[in-house]
Amino acid sequence: MARLQLRNVNKTYGSGLPDTLKAIDLAIDSGEFLILVGPSGCGKSTLMNCIAGLEQISGGEILVDDADISGMSPKDRDIAMVFQSYALYPTMSVRDNIAFGLKIRKMPQAAIDEEVARVAKLLQIEHLLARKPGQLSGGQQQRVAMGRALARRPKIYLFDEPLSNLDAKLRVEMRTEIKLMHQRLKTTTVYVTHDQIEAMTLGDKVAVMKDGVIQQFGTPQQIYNDPANLFVASFIGSPPMNFIPVRLAREDGRLLALLDSGQARCELPLEGGSAELESREVILGIRPEQIGLATGEGNGLPSLRAEVQITEPTGPDLLVFVTLNQTKVCCRLAPDVSCRIGDTLTLQFDPARVLLFDAASGERLDAHARTHDARDNVALFKGR
Amino acid sequence: MTSARWFSPARLAIHGTLLLACALYLIPLIVMLLTSFKSPEDIRAGNLLSWPELFTGIGWIKAWDAVGGYFWNSVKITVPAVLISTLLGALNGYVLSMWRFRGSQLFFGLLLFGCFLPFQTVLLPASFTLGKLGLASTTTGLVLIHVVYGLAFTTLFFRNYYCSVPEALVRAARLDGAGFFTLFGRILLPMSVPIIMVCLIWQFTQIWNDFLFGVVFASGDAQPITVALNNLVNTSTGVKEYNVDMAAAMIAGLPTLLVYVVAGKYFLRGLTAGAVKG
Repeated sequence: MARLQLRNVNKTYGSGLPDTLKAIDLAIDSGEFLILVGPSGCGKSTLMNCIAGLEQISGGEILVDDADISGMSPKDRDIAMVFQSYALYPTMSVRDNIAFGLKIRKMPQAAIDEEVARVAKLLQIEHLLARKPGQLSGGQQQRVAMGRALARRPKIYLFDEPLSNLDAKLRVEMRTEIKLMHQRLKTTTVYVTHDQIEAMTLGDKVAVMKDGVIQQFGTPQQIYNDPANLFVASFIGSPPMNFIPVRLAREDGRLLALLDSGQARCELPLEGGSAELESREVILGIRPEQIGLATGEGNGLPSLRAEVQITEPTGPDLLVFVTLNQTKVCCRLAPDVSCRIGDTLTLQFDPARVLLFDAASGERLDAHARTHDARDNVALFKGR
Repeated sequence: MTSARWFSPARLAIHGTLLLACALYLIPLIVMLLTSFKSPEDIRAGNLLSWPELFTGIGWIKAWDAVGGYFWNSVKITVPAVLISTLLGALNGYVLSMWRFRGSQLFFGLLLFGCFLPFQTVLLPASFTLGKLGLASTTTGLVLIHVVYGLAFTTLFFRNYYCSVPEALVRAARLDGAGFFTLFGRILLPMSVPIIMVCLIWQFTQIWNDFLFGVVFASGDAQPITVALNNLVNTSTGVKEYNVDMAAAMIAGLPTLLVYVVAGKYFLRGLTAGAVKG
């Protein structure tokens, strides 16, 4: 268990080449679960390898409990890692795989046996100990890989996309198990994934990365409800947030966003928003579940009639697609809503929940953006 | 498949061709074996493929008398040379694939030249070097030459094999605390059985069958069996004893055959199968 801090970490593979990691600042407390999430090539795996010591950083500091470990070799950092490919030693039995790190650290044999037994019990792999990795299924290999990391009781666990080689059902099971395990062991964990569901469900803190820059660092709720920019808003959430280009107008001192469904128009009053936004092209972000069906009696929320173009029943939800401002917009409705293609629905929006982004820079414009700290914005501009 | 189709013309043509090819390869061996068990009179009387009128081991006994001592010379040269060149090749390949240093690619490229270097071009410099080392005309000298010459091949084999080992495996071992030699000895070498076998067969065949280095760098009692066989067969005095020649050639050729039969099955075993998914 340890606190992990990254201070201004930079990584480049040579002068003249673009930086792979740019001014990464992160800090998590002892026992916290940090998710690094982002698209392929965003630098999240590189950052993890830097924490593990498998790659050297070009600048900055990596602190574990206030001690700088960035110059230490991987084996001295007391960090264990679970690899995407599991990376089990093919010639060793499961028992030897788990015990390998302990043997190298010259732990007495009795203690090794005890530790292997503890880990095997924890992961329910006791019956597999004599087998070779080649004789195990993907899920079993995954457990052994986790067992090998657990056995050393390191200060920090690193998970590098550990579930991406599993099939969908097993992935959901293992996700829950990892969460349970973390709640039991309370070890500081860094977890790399490109799966936003893993990011939302597992993490205490989430760092969304793109092009080697941290776009936003916060709790999953902050990332979801209060994204710092268009990229974060579009990356997290499924189905993704709708982005509707709108014109703003000012009326009676209030800022209004104009929506047009082809059948009807509607003015969405926006809270806050400075005067300089007026008459600018902005992008209005609204999550599918924040668009509802207007009930009979008016509740004061702005509403709008629109024609249903596609319906996608997913089981728990009914996804309905309409066109607003020439943009396809997804609405997440209750599954018992009966509507067919061509029907007209009256939709309503909660103005308090919509987000405004600058069409050019992708930055948040409205005053809601309050939880992410200013440094993220600075980093974002540097990355551009 | 029905049994009737076994006798279709296409089947017959395929199997006939295969049998013919088989015969083409086997007939020289059969001639050698038959001749080695014939008496000299029998050889002069019958044709090459005739069955011996009387099986006699006299050819084999005489042959062993003539080349047996040199057989052990070859063993003393080949076994250490094969083992040392394989082990060093494994170490070289390990460093060149996992611990790249500045210029390691260039180093590897230059080393590859060794694979294409004709034996004849190194004779004089090698002879000069052995002389300076005081190893001229010794078994040790010949071992050294074979190790140096074989390193290019064994390094190439191991380097390419280790390049296909997943990087994550090496990273996992490093995080587990494995250093240079632990990683090599505990993780990589146990995975290397197939390529070790390839190396052993390759090196054994090369070194055991070598004639040129043997004839140049060893003299008298230190000569390998290939040189002794040549001396025996090319003797121009007396009556030509073909049965002895054939038996001696069989004795010289058997060990390589044996190595292939024993080690060959490892060729097909992929020991890394299932170790890493994806």
